[in-house]
Amino acid sequence: MTGTLTQKPSTELTPDALLDAYRVMRTIRDFEERVHEEFASGDIPGFVHLYAGEEASAAGICAHLTDRDAIASTHRGHGHCIAKGVDIQGMMAEIYGRATGSCRGKGGSMHIADLSKGMLGANGIVGGGPPLICGRALASKIKGDGGVAVAFFGDGASNQGTTLESLNLASIWNLPAIFVAENNGYAEATSSTWSVATDDIADRAAAFGMPGVIVDGFDFFAVHEAAGEAVARAREGGGPTLIEVKFTRYFGHFEGDQQLYRADEVRHARENLDCLKVFRARVTAADQLTDAQLDQIDAEVATAVDASVVAAKAAPRPDPGDLLTDVYVSY
Amino acid sequence: MPDERIQRVSMPKWGLSMTTGKIIEWFVSEGDTLAKGDDVVEIDTDKIAGTLESPVSGLVRRLVAEVGDELPIGAVLAVVAPAEVPDADIDTVVEEAKAAAAAGELDVPDEPVPQLVEVDGRQISYLTMTPDEPSGDPVVLVHGFGGDKNSWLFVQQPLAEERTVHALDLPGHGASAKDVGDGTLTMLAETVVGFFDALGIERAHLVGHSLGGAVSAAVAKAAPGRVASLTLLAPAGYTPDADAEYLRGFAAASSRRELKPLLGRLFADPALVTRQLVDDLLRYKRLDGVDKALSVLLPTLLDGDRQAIDTPALLDGVDVPVTVVWGAADAVLPPPDGVGERVQAGHMLHMEAANDVVRVLRSSL
Amino acid sequence: MARSITYREAINEAIAQEMARDERVIVMGEDNVGGTGAPGEMDAWGGVLGVTKGLWGKFPDRVMDTPISESAFVGAAIGAATGGLRPVVELMFIDFLGVCFDQIFNQAAKFRYMFGGKAVTPVVVRTMWGAGLRAAAQHSQSLLPWVTHVPGLKVAAPSNPYDAKGLLIQAIRDDDPVIFAEHKMLYDVAGEVPEESYTIPFGEANVVREGGDVTIVAIGRMVNTALEAATELASSGVEAEVIDPRTTSPLDLDTIIESVENTGRLVVVDESNPRCSLASDIAGLIAQEAFGALRGPIQMVTGPHTPVPFADSLEDLFIPDAARITGAVKTAVDWKK
Repeated sequence: MTGTLTQKPSTELTPDALLDAYRVMRTIRDFEERVHEEFASGDIPGFVHLYAGEEASAAGICAHLTDRDAIASTHRGHGHCIAKGVDIQGMMAEIYGRATGSCRGKGGSMHIADLSKGMLGANGIVGGGPPLICGRALASKIKGDGGVAVAFFGDGASNQGTTLESLNLASIWNLPAIFVAENNGYAEATSSTWSVATDDIADRAAAFGMPGVIVDGFDFFAVHEAAGEAVARAREGGGPTLIEVKFTRYFGHFEGDQQLYRADEVRHARENLDCLKVFRARVTAADQLTDAQLDQIDAEVATAVDASVVAAKAAPRPDPGDLLTDVYVSY
Repeated sequence: MPDERIQRVSMPKWGLSMTTGKIIEWFVSEGDTLAKGDDVVEIDTDKIAGTLESPVSGLVRRLVAEVGDELPIGAVLAVVAPAEVPDADIDTVVEEAKAAAAAGELDVPDEPVPQLVEVDGRQISYLTMTPDEPSGDPVVLVHGFGGDKNSWLFVQQPLAEERTVHALDLPGHGASAKDVGDGTLTMLAETVVGFFDALGIERAHLVGHSLGGAVSAAVAKAAPGRVASLTLLAPAGYTPDADAEYLRGFAAASSRRELKPLLGRLFADPALVTRQLVDDLLRYKRLDGVDKALSVLLPTLLDGDRQAIDTPALLDGVDVPVTVVWGAADAVLPPPDGVGERVQAGHMLHMEAANDVVRVLRSSL
Repeated sequence: MARSITYREAINEAIAQEMARDERVIVMGEDNVGGTGAPGEMDAWGGVLGVTKGLWGKFPDRVMDTPISESAFVGAAIGAATGGLRPVVELMFIDFLGVCFDQIFNQAAKFRYMFGGKAVTPVVVRTMWGAGLRAAAQHSQSLLPWVTHVPGLKVAAPSNPYDAKGLLIQAIRDDDPVIFAEHKMLYDVAGEVPEESYTIPFGEANVVREGGDVTIVAIGRMVNTALEAATELASSGVEAEVIDPRTTSPLDLDTIIESVENTGRLVVVDESNPRCSLASDIAGLIAQEAFGALRGPIQMVTGPHTPVPFADSLEDLFIPDAARITGAVKTAVDWKK
């Protein structure tokens, strides 16, 4: 696996910003690890696709975004939701299919959304997000509200027609859009080195008239810096950017995946490349934060995630009448 | 060489949208002697049914159209000629008439076209019919709540044989601007006076129906010198009683299902409520701004369940001749005892008993 | 108030009036302007059949051409709708649903439900449908059943200029995703259309002709064919009631039931292929809801189970004509157990 580990010191971020970033990543990690455990016990219905290992991408990019900016996500959307500020109580309840879920139990893991936070939803359709993001970027451009729109998609979706069409459209319309190809090496059980025709997904950027950059997805700061440039470019009217984030996912494609197609890379990544470990090492070495501060966050997040599970398990299922509601605004 | 003794009774044009009429019932037979003004035939225009009065006098030689026939405007329905005219000549006229109808070459009178004029910053739509040599003051026809200038379809043409007759759409109605301002009687009366000014009408006979009657009275009060006479047809404001449920229901109705039963209350014979009538009203109600206009106007008409206007009070001391006519079976604004004439009709007397109303108008103008 | 304009002009007027009234309305589609990036004139086409001509001139910032990438631009219209705009996007031919259907049926249609009632997606997808232009198999289909089937979508298919303007204004003002299906053979048909803006509610069928002997439900271009058949039938004493649903989703079943309860006979005319068509849908619903009123089996008049052929003689055989409708009515009227 290629990677460009940057040694850049984290001088641009304030201590508060660093704490926020760590909190986001830790929340994602704990949330996903917990869902992994709970899923194995059989209480969670349907499919879940876990983001553990990829936290730096969501955190590094969403750190530049506010509620007026939109993101579209994938089936592996919990990380993007958390990084965009979606409440984890609502998320956990949604994953359990309860009435208190972010989508009232009607969407599930693959469709968690919070439009008030600009989170257009996890998406069950590979490549479903990029066209929507072109639309949100177009709306911001027309309204002149300075917003940008970010499409997160995977290496699998990088081959989908919708994604390629969206790259072209964003370019010719000069949209304030950022396309983030999260290349974790596998589209389901098939390796991206085989399925993507070019060496890197970022090579496709030039084909669609936009800048392309590759970042080490284990390095929050590398992601943060590349994202900062792309977001600034978009906000200033400079058009779209393609960012390819390279890393690995710690779990299977979905929970229940035996992952026979993989070798031993997860153990290696957890021990040597893990984004939380890298972050901690770097900020403590640069005396920007202390271990105690980070431990404090670890403890708070653990409590919060646990509480979300307790609440989700206790929450009621949706009312039978909810089967028929909210198909339309009015019919 | 056309024989001028041969006269034709042709399909009339009632209203702007009529293109054909269907023969429902003949009131005369071949061999009858017809006097001008006699009921000749009942015709269904698809919008509403009306009775054609004879424009000519003489002997009915041939009924060209049969019950059930649907014929275009101008098609010959009957031939009237003295007994001396040979049958063969009548046959020829009938053949030519049928051929003309089939070929679409009909003698159709010049159609008046609705016009627009700006009054107080609002576009007002109106239709003017005028004879070659109009006599006397012109007539201005003012429709009621939810109506429009087309409701005068049976009245305007006959009156226009002698006089210039204007029918306008009040604000919020027909093809006029839908903004009604504060929707008060004053506002509506000012619009009518403004209409007079815009058309250069110094003085006119005002004929008003329902709310239009109250508006006409308000005009007479405000500008008595401009009003030659008032003819009020089922006018608002003569009693406190009203079918408030109808008025509110009409304003609120948004579907055919809601509207059709309500409209039945407007006529003595509910069968007069045709699909086309309902459709036309629905199309009107669906125009942008109409719902708002009607809801602003409604409190001018209704205070709770009672009429809000007092028209006799308006007319007190106003020196303008007033004629009031009611449909005896008016269920919407029940006629008060001892006031005005009655004709056999419901609230829409100028549509249901049009010929009687025209007769009254001819004598009151 | 009423003047005569064409179906095409009525659609253009609806869009223009709504764009003037609401600055959130934007228009996009292939050649909706025509000429973008080209050395000649802008608004060179105004849509492949000229429906959007003149709009760019009035609203140059809000009318845009798109490349030929339906997934991206139909998806973009949907995304922009979630972002506060009210896009009117053109899918040139409904036959092209295949290259963008996911965005329509899996995204737009499902957002509100999947996201627990919090999404509003006020997008209108205008699209051409129907046979008769000799445009052959891939440009002549009537795929309304595909979109009618999907919960979360609304489908309007006007048969005349008055309905076209009112339903399109309604569609643009509607907060749900609407497929607005324009029959390509109706663009030059003229009719009375008010100059003012007006709406027609969805889910209200139009009884175009009253009659007591048989109910004919027809959609789009078939409404006029049904009226032709009705005139023919009247001369032999059979009075047909012709009902135009105007919107297939929501469908005004009540008006059809009311009519069938009066006539006892139903003929449904739908130019699409027969399997899972609007005809079979309406027939099934009426058989369930009004069985007792029926005096005989429901007759379905549809195209055959074939693609639309190119040769004019064959295409004319494909499309139901008045003779086939009168034949179906006769079968219904003559039917005895």
